[in-house]
Amino acid sequence: MADSKKRVPMNHVIGFILSLVMTLVAAWAAIQSDLPVTWVIIGIMILALLQAGVQLFMFMHVTEASSGNGHVPWNMMFHGFALAGILVAGSLFVMSFGHDHGDHGDMGENQQHEEQQSEDHSGH
Amino acid sequence: MHITDILVTGEPIIYGAMVSMALVGIALLFILTYFKKWKWLWSEWLTTVDHKKIGVMYILSALLMLFRGGVDAMMMRVQLAFPDLGFLNSQHYNEIFTTHGTIMIIFMAMPFLIGLMNIIVPLQIGARDFAFPYLNALSFWSFFFGMALFNISFVIGGSPDAGWTSYTPLSGAAMSPGPGQNFYLMGLQLSGIGTLATGINLMVTILKMRAPGMKLFHMPIFTWSTLVTCFIIVFAFPILTVALALLTIDRVFGAQFFTLTGEGLPMMWANLFWMWGHPEVYIVILPAFGIFSEVIATFAKKRLFGYNVMVWSMIVIALLSFLVWVHHFFTMGAGAFVNSVFSVSTMLIAVPTGVKIFNWLATLYKSKIEFTVPMLWSLAFIPSFILGGVTGVMLGMAAADYQFHNSYFLIAHFHYVLIAGTVFACFAGLVFWYPKMFGHKMNERLGKWAFWLFFFGFHVCFFPQYFLGLDGMPRRLFITNVAEWLPLNVISTVGAFGMGLGFIVFVYNVYYSFRYSERETTGDSWNGNGRTLEWATTTPVPYYNFATVPYVDEIDPYIRMKEEGKTTFEEDKVKPIHMPSYTGQPFIMMALLGLASFGLVFEWMYVAVFGLIGAVFMMIRRSFDYDDGYYVPVEEIKRTEKKARGL
Repeated sequence: MADSKKRVPMNHVIGFILSLVMTLVAAWAAIQSDLPVTWVIIGIMILALLQAGVQLFMFMHVTEASSGNGHVPWNMMFHGFALAGILVAGSLFVMSFGHDHGDHGDMGENQQHEEQQSEDHSGH
Repeated sequence: MHITDILVTGEPIIYGAMVSMALVGIALLFILTYFKKWKWLWSEWLTTVDHKKIGVMYILSALLMLFRGGVDAMMMRVQLAFPDLGFLNSQHYNEIFTTHGTIMIIFMAMPFLIGLMNIIVPLQIGARDFAFPYLNALSFWSFFFGMALFNISFVIGGSPDAGWTSYTPLSGAAMSPGPGQNFYLMGLQLSGIGTLATGINLMVTILKMRAPGMKLFHMPIFTWSTLVTCFIIVFAFPILTVALALLTIDRVFGAQFFTLTGEGLPMMWANLFWMWGHPEVYIVILPAFGIFSEVIATFAKKRLFGYNVMVWSMIVIALLSFLVWVHHFFTMGAGAFVNSVFSVSTMLIAVPTGVKIFNWLATLYKSKIEFTVPMLWSLAFIPSFILGGVTGVMLGMAAADYQFHNSYFLIAHFHYVLIAGTVFACFAGLVFWYPKMFGHKMNERLGKWAFWLFFFGFHVCFFPQYFLGLDGMPRRLFITNVAEWLPLNVISTVGAFGMGLGFIVFVYNVYYSFRYSERETTGDSWNGNGRTLEWATTTPVPYYNFATVPYVDEIDPYIRMKEEGKTTFEEDKVKPIHMPSYTGQPFIMMALLGLASFGLVFEWMYVAVFGLIGAVFMMIRRSFDYDDGYYVPVEEIKRTEKKARGL
């Protein structure tokens, strides 16, 4: 908070405009552009990384190692990444294992019935 | 458009509610005007950033919601005990169980606990306010307007009726048209902003604003439970925010995230909901554990047994809480392997929880127990909660869960953990810290009446429900005239009314104690048994909390302070205290966001856009707000402290 005396925080203004521009570009890529889907996805991913960078370095306190507890942002980011890992891997695991959302919609269910039946048999 | 287009019509019970709401509203307006209290309301409460006052407002709102949710519950119980009476129709029943669940979790349990944290945590760590007092006011008002929005649904537009879990595709636009489900989405979204902000705020407060010398492992156990809870909030609530936003986009703007058409995944809602929903359960139980630990240590007059283990078991519970969500939908049909993994992780939670139970018992072992009202709630918690915990492990076995799922066995289980855990803790905590908040204790005799009525009512109400579940009675069922179920249902209803009676005695006790209780003269209200810093402050607590902050390098620092005759007022060390200014901005900003949410509920885009622009304008104003607060002069501190301490 060393520069709280400055009336216009230029860093924040630039960061804010940058993030607005990147959001608009991403929206344009998805809605208006004629790019192939793969490129749209790759583009949005890159923009997301840049966006995160802007947030971390222009708004957050990643650069303030001298704040005494400089490890806090990294600590929280680690937790954030761990959670994102659980969220994505966990959802894939839960939503795809034993189900089949492809063309053979019935296969998963049949398999399960078979499994249940075989379990019943082994139980006897 | 005509007013009757959005008002709910044709239900006598709802007409009654409308009339009584209008009467209460008129009475409030009249009282405020007659006693000229409008200015007082605005300048003392609506604009406050004082953590203690915000906490009181949280608790008042939560008690109001406990009443609303409780009335819902009793209406359901009447319907179930007298199925042929035709008391509720099926639509009304659906709406009532939905609002009962949502209100009790989101607008009762959480705000009650957050209110206690608001008041007590800064006092326990020797802080003068939250790290971000403005944000704290913002959090409260976002919760308040979210709550108001959700609650008006039953007179305007119709309540949500898809259960508190709001599963898609039932809650999607195709199967639940109309504003009802939007009330759920926007009410939760709006109050969720406040919860998330409070999580961040308290986390920073606890990490950065502790008394000099106080390491993390010197913190009182309630503060520890709050810190762990904050981590869960910060990491779990964004999942709910995203899920609610996706469903809102589905419903209001016609997207297909959770619909079967357009390759959406309806089951993804259940997945995301419980990824938040399971940690949410621990958000409301960990602070409860913290409260019980404080109360038990105080009235057993012993240091909490196994303090370090207690802390670590909370951290382990928090970690595990993110790894068990599938046990809420074992029957969704994921493979046996998936269910087995989550079955095992679920049962693992019983280990740290069991450790905590044994630590409480060990704290009580060979101690001189003082049976005060908060202690009664805490002692009743242990056996009652174990009943809930053990049945939880039964539900955690995936194979057995195919039998228990969505039966009254489940209903009994989660009421045993949520009421015996969270609600008992709310009452214990409120009675325990009541003198700190209001300057007088609650009457002991009435408090015991309230406790015994509620305690017996609770067991009579929910114990039979285990057996109803085993007899095959499913939850959310509107017609129950099956001869085998009827006797148990009637017993259960009797219990519910017992709990209602207990609540009435409790509320009467608030009034009675305000009129007749002795005023506190010392800060250490419970016969000098206080162990932590909140008892070192005077009663009532001055708005700056601590004239001088003591040096702390141990658990239960106030015990040594009392031995050495130290206080939080060392006259020669008093310095001017920096305090935040009151401001009406949070109230206005959140009122505007509330208006925007209301617009979105009815899909009136002009209203929504107007509210959103107004809120953004308030945020810009905040960015150019250079009010750095003010300093309390030394003379004023000395005057206040001397008067309060009778020096």
